[in-house]
Amino acid sequence: MKTKQVLAASLAFLLTGAIAACSGDDDSTGSNSQKPTNCTNTISKPDLPVVTLWAWYPNTQLVVDNFNSQHNDVQVCWTNAGAGGDEYDKFQTAVTAGKGAPDVVMLEADRIPTFQAQKALVDLTDKGLNDVKANFSAGAWKDVSVGSGVYGAPIDGGPMGMIYRKDIFDKYKIKPPTTWAEYEAAAQKVKDAGGPLFGDFPANQPAYVTALLYQNGAQPFAYDPANKGEIGIKLNDDATKKVLDYWAGLVKKGLVGKQDQFTPEYISGVIGGKYATYLSAAWAPGYLQGAGVGKGADAKVWATAPMPQWDPANPVSVNWGGSAFSVTTQAKDPALAAKVAFGVYADDASLKDGWQNQIIFPLNLKVLKSPEFVDAKVGFFDGQQANKEVYVPAADAYQGMTYTPIGQYYYSAFTKQIAAINDGSKTGSAAADALQDDVAKYAKEQGFTVK
Amino acid sequence: MTASTSGPVPTKGGGSTPLPDDGMTASTTGDVQTTKRRRTNSRQNVAGWLFVGPFGIVFLALLVLPIGYALYMSLFQKSLIFGTRFVFLGNYLKAFSDPSFLGGVWFVLRFSVVLIPVQMAVSLAIALILDTVTSKFARFSRLMIFLPYAIPTVIGALMWGFLYSRNFGPIADVFGAFGASGPDFLSSNLIFYGLLNVVTWQWAGYYMIILYAALQGIDPTLYEAARIDGASTWQIIVRIKIRLLTPALVLILVFALIGTLQFFNEPKILQQLAAGAIPDDFTPNMYAYQQAFTLANNNYSSTISFALGAVVFVCVYIFMFVTRKRGNFLS
Repeated sequence: MKTKQVLAASLAFLLTGAIAACSGDDDSTGSNSQKPTNCTNTISKPDLPVVTLWAWYPNTQLVVDNFNSQHNDVQVCWTNAGAGGDEYDKFQTAVTAGKGAPDVVMLEADRIPTFQAQKALVDLTDKGLNDVKANFSAGAWKDVSVGSGVYGAPIDGGPMGMIYRKDIFDKYKIKPPTTWAEYEAAAQKVKDAGGPLFGDFPANQPAYVTALLYQNGAQPFAYDPANKGEIGIKLNDDATKKVLDYWAGLVKKGLVGKQDQFTPEYISGVIGGKYATYLSAAWAPGYLQGAGVGKGADAKVWATAPMPQWDPANPVSVNWGGSAFSVTTQAKDPALAAKVAFGVYADDASLKDGWQNQIIFPLNLKVLKSPEFVDAKVGFFDGQQANKEVYVPAADAYQGMTYTPIGQYYYSAFTKQIAAINDGSKTGSAAADALQDDVAKYAKEQGFTVK
Repeated sequence: MTASTSGPVPTKGGGSTPLPDDGMTASTTGDVQTTKRRRTNSRQNVAGWLFVGPFGIVFLALLVLPIGYALYMSLFQKSLIFGTRFVFLGNYLKAFSDPSFLGGVWFVLRFSVVLIPVQMAVSLAIALILDTVTSKFARFSRLMIFLPYAIPTVIGALMWGFLYSRNFGPIADVFGAFGASGPDFLSSNLIFYGLLNVVTWQWAGYYMIILYAALQGIDPTLYEAARIDGASTWQIIVRIKIRLLTPALVLILVFALIGTLQFFNEPKILQQLAAGAIPDDFTPNMYAYQQAFTLANNNYSSTISFALGAVVFVCVYIFMFVTRKRGNFLS
């Protein structure tokens, strides 16, 4: 018996040793290797210090090459770690593990507070911010700020407009609605005439619905890390309930669809003329064309107009999406990383490639104010000067939003409530109340004092 | 390989406590012989450990250690403000009063209650038909019915996602031919049936093969004897085949129960197409995934996993207990 025990003990001991040795090896290779070797791009100046970058812009290769050829003090090593949620999950895992994160990471503005609260991002205020401050609007800076700190270099935004189909509008003799009341009236008119759905209320796009809430003056979140542990959550005020009840009404009357967006089902509906309008951001044409919209029978039918308003006397511009480059606290040289964050996608050639191919709507004021950009005739909109008429004014008037460190949970909870509105089990007001309870409860669990 | 280095160790422990099989000879024979025997014995032990070693290493490193670590983690609470604190069973108390977790458990229980009988009935019916009919066509059908199981879950789920499409799916076309609008199996109201169909399609063939193999194992002389006694085909099926299939049926029932309570793949894939109908806490496993990878709360995720494990254990135990008592749960 004893023999077995001794054997077992020694085996277990050796095994633990072997496992510890393995993980030890990983550690040493992780910290000893100065030069990352798995870059997607080729680094042309191998002797310079290297900053790692995660980004998913379709033209990142070109952008990074431009940066590297223009800089003689630092080189960028770029990896595409997935777009949106995929990248966030990987970055989150690296943050939790305390290693494996890149020096600079691409984040959508609404995700910044989540990672900032975990002390994963570096405040860029004293890291060259003043040199580029004049290049972006106040709203753009607000979106990447948490409290008084700035945690990202703004790159692109998503000022919103109403994309619509001219053929459907002509057929049913309607003009682009300028208020939400007109929007509903037009939708009813099209439906009564046997036409298609007028819009869509997607459960899987809570960020989009949040923008709609902002447009009516809702301020769902108040958050400043300076007031430690405090968060303001106001998801069931009158402004929010009015918007959700409005959309619940449109859904109930069958005026808009309830299809998840960014799905083959939705895109096939868009191409097939199932929706008269698509309320979306300035990046939408690029996305839609990539998905095959505007290429066949539905070519030259698209146009865009400003978003309908609640109060036409006081129009409000809102934003959906848009990304920034943030420096992570795992960066070996934060100052150098900040230089990359501010410098990548900031040169003229990269920005021009981005907006001309409709990959991004740049926030850089050099572009926003250039006649070439403002007066551009957009092919997708059949030559309409979309920037001048819709998107540049919307970007100029945009005030910025306050995002929340519990954004991931908020979106997940909101998706459930939009689904409840869509399947008719809740009114807009009831959904707002349920959302408030759900999110406030989670915030309390996370240790926040909810105000 | 690691065990071989510790070969000499056992000799240290000699003398004082003789091994049981040495007890008889130790008193009569000399020390030399005893040592020799012990050597042989320890060499056998080493060989045994060597054989067990590869499995043992994998078992310890990939099962025992992670589970132990997860159990350890589940005793801590993580929050943005307070960081990580030891709460002992606090997470478990939270889980069993968490509407998201309980809602998920309730869903998988309801799903099991509907799915398992349907799945078993379908696979049993096919197995019995294929057992009765012997032709080339039967062999071909057997392969075809098994085929869905060979298709990866991800692809199967995506495929059904497209088949359910109301813009370009065949179901919509069939309904359209009659001037009706097809059902939306990806809506909140019908997602239950949409998933039911996907899972049954995927697994019925597999269970059919298990039942078919069990049917092949039944001694054909029993059928002959029954026929001589005047039993009809139907009576043979009900009185002989199904009775003798009971152990196989119990087996697939346990498989199906455990698999369904851990439901994850199909809803996770279809969530890409129907996030409204399939929220992040749709099933307990999806909820654990959300907690771990989206909300960065590995601690609570571990708790949910263990709580789900407890639910599975209780369900399977209850089921085994019930079938054990009755002997034959179909009677």
